[in-house]
Amino acid sequence: MLPIFADVHDTFWFPKQASTFAPQVDFLYDVILWISIIFFIPIVIAMVYFMVKYRQRPGYKGSTEALHNTFLEVTWSVVPTFVVVWIFWEGMVGYLRMQTLPSDTEDVKVTAKKWVWSFKYKNGAESDKLYLQVGRDAKMIMRSDDVLHSFFVPAFRAKRDIVPGRYNYMWFQPTVEGTFDLFCTEYCGDNHSGMITKAIVQSEEEYNKTLALLAKEPDDIVERGKWLYERKACKGCHYAGTEGAQGPGPSYNGSWGKPVPLAGGGEVVFDENYVSNAILNPQGQYRKGYETASAMPSYKGQLKLEQIEAITAYIQSLQSAEPPKK
Amino acid sequence: MSVVTSPVTMPDKSQDLGKEDNYLTHTSGFLSWALTLDHKRIGLMYLAGVLTAFTAGGILALMIRLHLWNPNIDKSQAWLTNQQYNQVFTLHGAIMVFLFIIPSVPAALGNFLLPIMLGTKDVAFPRLNLGSFYLWICGAIFFLFSLFATGLDTGWTFYTPYSIESQGPVVAATMGVFVLGFSSIFTGLNFIVTINTMRPPGMTWFRMPLFLWATYSTSIIQVLATPVLGITVLLLAAERILGIGIFDPKLNGDPVTFQHFFWFYSHPAVYIMILPAMGIISELMSVHSHKGIFGYRMIAYSSVAIALFGFLVWGHHMFTSGMADVTTIVFSALTFTVSIPSAIKVFNWIGTMYQGTVVLNTPMLYALAFIFLFTIGGLTGLFLGALSTDMHLHDTYFVVAHFHYVMMGGTLVAFLGGLFHWWPKMTGKMFNDFAGIVSAAIVFVGFNLTFLPQFVLGTRGMPRRYASYVEEFQQLHQLSTIGAMMLGCGLLVAGLTLLHSLFYGKKAPMNPWGGATLEWECQTPPPHDNFSSPPTVGDPYDFSGIEYDPKSGGYIKKKK
Amino acid sequence: MTVHDTATAHHDDHHEHPSWLAHHFDDAEQQFDSGKLGMWLFLVTEVLFFSGMFCAYALYRNRNPEVFEFCSQFLNEKLGAINTGVLLFSSLTMAWAVRASQLKQTKILIGMLGATLGCAAIFLGVKAVEYSHKWGLGLLPGKFYRSQLENPVHVDNNYLYNLCIVPMVMLIACALYYVYALVTASKFHLRVAGPMVVAAACFFGGVGLGNYLESGEGHSEHASSGHHGSSEHGHAEHADGAHDSAGHGTEEPAKAKLSLVSVDNSPIHDVLVTPAESVTPQSNVNQSAMAGLFFGIYYCMTGVHAVHILGGMLVITWLIVKASREEFHSEYFGPVDNVGLYWHLVDFIWIYLFPLLYLIT
Ligand code: HEM
Ligand SMILES: [Cu+2]
Ligand SMILES: [Cu+2]
Repeated sequence: MLPIFADVHDTFWFPKQASTFAPQVDFLYDVILWISIIFFIPIVIAMVYFMVKYRQRPGYKGSTEALHNTFLEVTWSVVPTFVVVWIFWEGMVGYLRMQTLPSDTEDVKVTAKKWVWSFKYKNGAESDKLYLQVGRDAKMIMRSDDVLHSFFVPAFRAKRDIVPGRYNYMWFQPTVEGTFDLFCTEYCGDNHSGMITKAIVQSEEEYNKTLALLAKEPDDIVERGKWLYERKACKGCHYAGTEGAQGPGPSYNGSWGKPVPLAGGGEVVFDENYVSNAILNPQGQYRKGYETASAMPSYKGQLKLEQIEAITAYIQSLQSAEPPKK
Repeated sequence: MSVVTSPVTMPDKSQDLGKEDNYLTHTSGFLSWALTLDHKRIGLMYLAGVLTAFTAGGILALMIRLHLWNPNIDKSQAWLTNQQYNQVFTLHGAIMVFLFIIPSVPAALGNFLLPIMLGTKDVAFPRLNLGSFYLWICGAIFFLFSLFATGLDTGWTFYTPYSIESQGPVVAATMGVFVLGFSSIFTGLNFIVTINTMRPPGMTWFRMPLFLWATYSTSIIQVLATPVLGITVLLLAAERILGIGIFDPKLNGDPVTFQHFFWFYSHPAVYIMILPAMGIISELMSVHSHKGIFGYRMIAYSSVAIALFGFLVWGHHMFTSGMADVTTIVFSALTFTVSIPSAIKVFNWIGTMYQGTVVLNTPMLYALAFIFLFTIGGLTGLFLGALSTDMHLHDTYFVVAHFHYVMMGGTLVAFLGGLFHWWPKMTGKMFNDFAGIVSAAIVFVGFNLTFLPQFVLGTRGMPRRYASYVEEFQQLHQLSTIGAMMLGCGLLVAGLTLLHSLFYGKKAPMNPWGGATLEWECQTPPPHDNFSSPPTVGDPYDFSGIEYDPKSGGYIKKKK
Repeated sequence: MTVHDTATAHHDDHHEHPSWLAHHFDDAEQQFDSGKLGMWLFLVTEVLFFSGMFCAYALYRNRNPEVFEFCSQFLNEKLGAINTGVLLFSSLTMAWAVRASQLKQTKILIGMLGATLGCAAIFLGVKAVEYSHKWGLGLLPGKFYRSQLENPVHVDNNYLYNLCIVPMVMLIACALYYVYALVTASKFHLRVAGPMVVAAACFFGGVGLGNYLESGEGHSEHASSGHHGSSEHGHAEHADGAHDSAGHGTEEPAKAKLSLVSVDNSPIHDVLVTPAESVTPQSNVNQSAMAGLFFGIYYCMTGVHAVHILGGMLVITWLIVKASREEFHSEYFGPVDNVGLYWHLVDFIWIYLFPLLYLIT
């Protein structure tokens, strides 16, 4: 087999069918594909045949008269019309199913923010990967903190834009346990393509265990800082330790205690005050070289003092970490 | 009336003196071009302009594809940074749409051909026409500015609120779009008036070549849709400068409103792109089959139908953005109505070859390539118009492939076909047909290699506008990149063939292909005034008396 | 100028084109028809251009009716009404000008065009008063909007002076031109300069009129049109510094209403949005995200309209120049006719803007 037909995918075209929507979408897709092929092949055959049969050559002279054939013309207008009416209908039926929220759902609050996902569960747990329970209807209550994003899990065949200024909803029911890609599909700036995470579908038992685990903040202050770093979207812009995005924000590694040149001139020391300012009032002072980086949102009201201290401790612990490779 | 320009464009009466007088040699000097009111010269200048824009956009496209050779998950190995990548694809899209495709056929070929095909001396408002051209230049300068300034990175769609926050020169770009919009509006207005009021005696509506029908329908869209784009980008600029709040959720505005405004123009705009291309294909198919067009009226009506239906379907770009269910469903239903007239045209073009005398030269091969590629493009529209499949496919590479099949496989290929077809008339030179055929073949194969894999990518879930991607998509991306390089070579061959002909081409006969429309009854290249007396108008697709004349290397009309 | 030549169309080889007939047209009729159709199409694009803004208006008014009611209090309908009258009158003079051009009544033509120009200038003068007054109060679009209760701002007339600089320069330039015309005693220059001086002066007439109405009496009824507590806001614009603390009571009703309307926060309402969960900031009308939006729309619509008035003034001036050269006659009056059409459209759009913005109760 060619690697193009590699086994990561269940079929040549589609990723694994992992939700209750998938069979309908794939069915409609396949039917349209066949309809297209059935229309396309005769068109190409006719084209090639005429090209050869009526080609200009010595001793052959075609007619010049303009033809027109009402019967043919009506046929090839009416037949496709019926076909597309069917396609429309089937598409609508599938769509309405996606739109009709079941009554009993497992709700997840999804927050999209440049360029990270965060998921909040009923028990207060929070994660940057989406955990789901197999065979259970899940409802996403989605909002964006900044620009448009879009929630897309190809394996679920489910997608919906996340529009700032309002909540958008979607639901689906995962049918297979496993780990699937979750993409942002609405262009949202520099790291749009890094806004990828996983949807992890687990059995009921495992799922509950995961949630319980997620709900607990680590005790160690540095660990807790790292925990917050991962959950509060810092990771989407700042590099820390060996992970996180390289930009648009500066890396935390090896910054503690060093002087920081400011955009407006002057310098400050990278200390507790600097960190807390940077978190609560990021527009207050720009670090030199980061004036044009997409502005960081303020975390005022979102982080408790105690949490900021934990993050500070985490940054401090990175005092001698290597800067990112590039 | 024209105080400045009349000295330069006064027709001199020295026609029968030795050297032949045509629109190229009529007057000379830089100003005679820069201030010309002659639609042919304006068309030629547009041609130079759009081809330059196309080259720029093409280079950016190759950069995109090269960057995507690797998945670039490790940023240190990526060729472009994310930011650069975003700027490159934004400029690629914006240049191709606003500077190339929209003006390509109507403004460049249309300007040159419309009055000649119609049998008039010029368009109704020659000065407005020149004005449109300068507006185009102006818009292009704005775009150049955003190219060299800090870099625009909003995507060609300028979706809010990203475009409100983005650091790039969005205001300059929107002003560019605004100005280009007016260029387009004035061209459309000019064409409508010309066709309505200036048809010579005998040129009834149903004796108009189909290219003119297509241009007419296009012009209607240009006049009716473009103002809305104008106000949209104006409001966007005001949003950025003044923060008026209409599109900004922070100020209680709504980003989805922007999308409605934007697509209200931009969907009809895709018909601005494709309708003239369809017009070209109608001409090419009949002339090179030496056969009257099959179902003239159906093709003419379907152009108008597409233009009108095209206004009702903009919502299909927003199926996932959370419109009300009813709205979504209605837009889906309407979307399918547009696909029918397109299908009809394809059948008619193929019917035209039936029993004809098909000459497989460069323009014809481009036309046949168009039919193949456009059909794929149109059929994949069905996947996107159907709601449940679009939920999966929206904003993935499937959409990218779809619109490249219709815009590039459709409009660009038709534009090239038309360019080869009318090149002898425009320049008076014949190109090397073999080289042209080679270019068509390379373009065709390269194109499919570039974009067929993208359908698969999209179906497998590869989102668009990604600077990096998960590794399992790599092979298909690489296939696509190889195709793109090939496509680039094909286009290069086409360009060189045309350039070569300018210097070494044989002198073109009056009617090299055996066409029956009026432009072939005009000298090659046409004289300044096109026709010294109103031409006799006949059936544009009556090829019966037209025969090859070995002496001149062209076709001549046998007197009956 | 050979007028009779053109009565019959020539279809033979050697056209004898009079100077006013462009070479690519066969006859006067074709030229006239082309111009006319072109102008109508242009007007269609203009209407569509504005309709974008009317749509935005409709969407947001539908969403936040109380914001529009609240904000419209700050627009002085007297000034709006005066401007409506002025524009209507200018439409009349424009129509008369068209008639005069056909009849080759050069004097009347120039007079009517001048009158139209003057009306346009008055309109802009009044507009300048309105704008500067609002800027002074902080009634600005979007994020620049300053709340009208907490920090009352006094009228700051500097804006008006600044707005008057350019017209003043124009007035001086026109006056100099007029003097030049007098000195050279050129009939043509006199014909052109006269209307221009008058028009430039009219702008200041408009400013005076506007100022009189804005600061003068007639506000008691204005204020009482506001219902409930909102009437206090009505006072806010009147520069008399009468800002009492009554503002408190007024916030309550607005708030109550708002929580109702924010149900439909999105213009194209998402069925899935349930009222309880809508993320609209629960806030009162009198802040940048709400009132600022109204003023955003207000400035966009009236601003773009004013730009059209300016454009109209330019072409009317061009017509005056042509008319002074006596170029128009019964065979050739297309330009006047077409500019007339344009002018009626600009007038027409104002007739919609006036009630939609000023007369919301
Ligand atoms: C049979 C006719 C067609 C149908 C049914 C159709 C349908 C669609 C649909 C539903 C979409 C939205 C997909 C999505 O974003 O999820 C789309 C996108 C698009 N189509 Fe078509 N289409 C057709 C023909 C054309 C033609 C002729 C052109 C241009 C020449 C065109 C250009 C585009 C473009 C540019 C986009 C995407 C724009 C973007 O998102 O950047 N389409 N089409
Ligand atoms: Cu994104
Ligand atoms: Cu569309």
